Amino acid sequence: MRAALLAALLLAYAPAWPQPTADQPPAGRRSGYEAMSRETRAMQDDDAANPATFSVLDGAAAWGRKTGSADRACSACHGEAQASMKGVAARYPAFDAARGRLFNLEQRINACRVENQGARALSYESRELLALTTFVARQSRGMPINIVPNERSQPHLDAGRALYERKLGQVDLSCAQCHDQNAGRHLAGNPIPQAHPTGYPLYRLEWQSVGSLQRRLRNCMSGLRAEAYEFGSPELVGLEYFLMWRARGMQVETPAVRP
Amino acid sequence: MSNALVTVPATAKRGEIVEIKTLVSHNMETGYRRTERGAPIQRDIVRTFSCTYNGVEVFSAELHPAISANPYIAFSTRATETGQLVFTWKGDNGFVATSTATLTVS
Repeated sequence: MRAALLAALLLAYAPAWPQPTADQPPAGRRSGYEAMSRETRAMQDDDAANPATFSVLDGAAAWGRKTGSADRACSACHGEAQASMKGVAARYPAFDAARGRLFNLEQRINACRVENQGARALSYESRELLALTTFVARQSRGMPINIVPNERSQPHLDAGRALYERKLGQVDLSCAQCHDQNAGRHLAGNPIPQAHPTGYPLYRLEWQSVGSLQRRLRNCMSGLRAEAYEFGSPELVGLEYFLMWRARGMQVETPAVRP
Repeated sequence: MSNALVTVPATAKRGEIVEIKTLVSHNMETGYRRTERGAPIQRDIVRTFSCTYNGVEVFSAELHPAISANPYIAFSTRATETGQLVFTWKGDNGFVATSTATLTVS
């Protein structure tokens, strides 16, 4: 039954890309950028046409704005983001040994706000948190994703992989069934990407706004008619960690544009 | 909050056709959607865009609900003299955004 559904969903186009596996070699990895139309690529390539530029500019303003009970701006400690934040997003999510858990970039920014600025944590997908995250991640554009698991973070990577390979929801599909086994084919007319999160936060035409990787992951889960994990849940951060590791070596595109 | 981005070449030769690109930050709420509880969401869009070059309008556009969020408008004009380009977006609920750029013509 499930196979029939899959067959019905997947139009029988010959896959344009090599068939990847979770541990695909770097040469076989393809960014979703490559499957986009010329027009959508042009949007991403030109800051003046990419609506996520507003998010980057808002983030730059927030970076220099004093906030919280400490009345301190990000720049008071970190200085120019162009130097201090270069490459940071390329190695996130990261394991914090002191706290014994994994942090994604949003969580790191919020932890910094609460502990060092005495400010409230910003809510997930809020304009301000997306702006700061996009601005920080923008400083890594063009740099290779660099996730190096260690002994303590390995269990999180394994958990992320297990979730990636687990069938979910009423549709009973795993991430891997689409994004590994059928990447490059089409689902309802849309190319199935290999699911490398190279450009988050990104501007999604479907959303008409900037959004995070976790928003995208929750979308996919809803599509499977599964109950999506909460924003910031260890499950989603673990899945993010696995996906970024899986995309290691690929260039950060933030802020990307996707259809 | 920066809400408009304009790209204009800094210099041009007299008579040259220059390309101008604009992007404005706006939700472009169509007015046709409803909330989860069924209440209509009021329309909130940019209605008009105009560009003046030394006080003379060289381009204008009317915008409608089917236009996506953060409208991108690109057009061209002929560089005639050194001067200021003023861009204005106006919309529902008193929305106004403006931006200016200087074009030096040699």
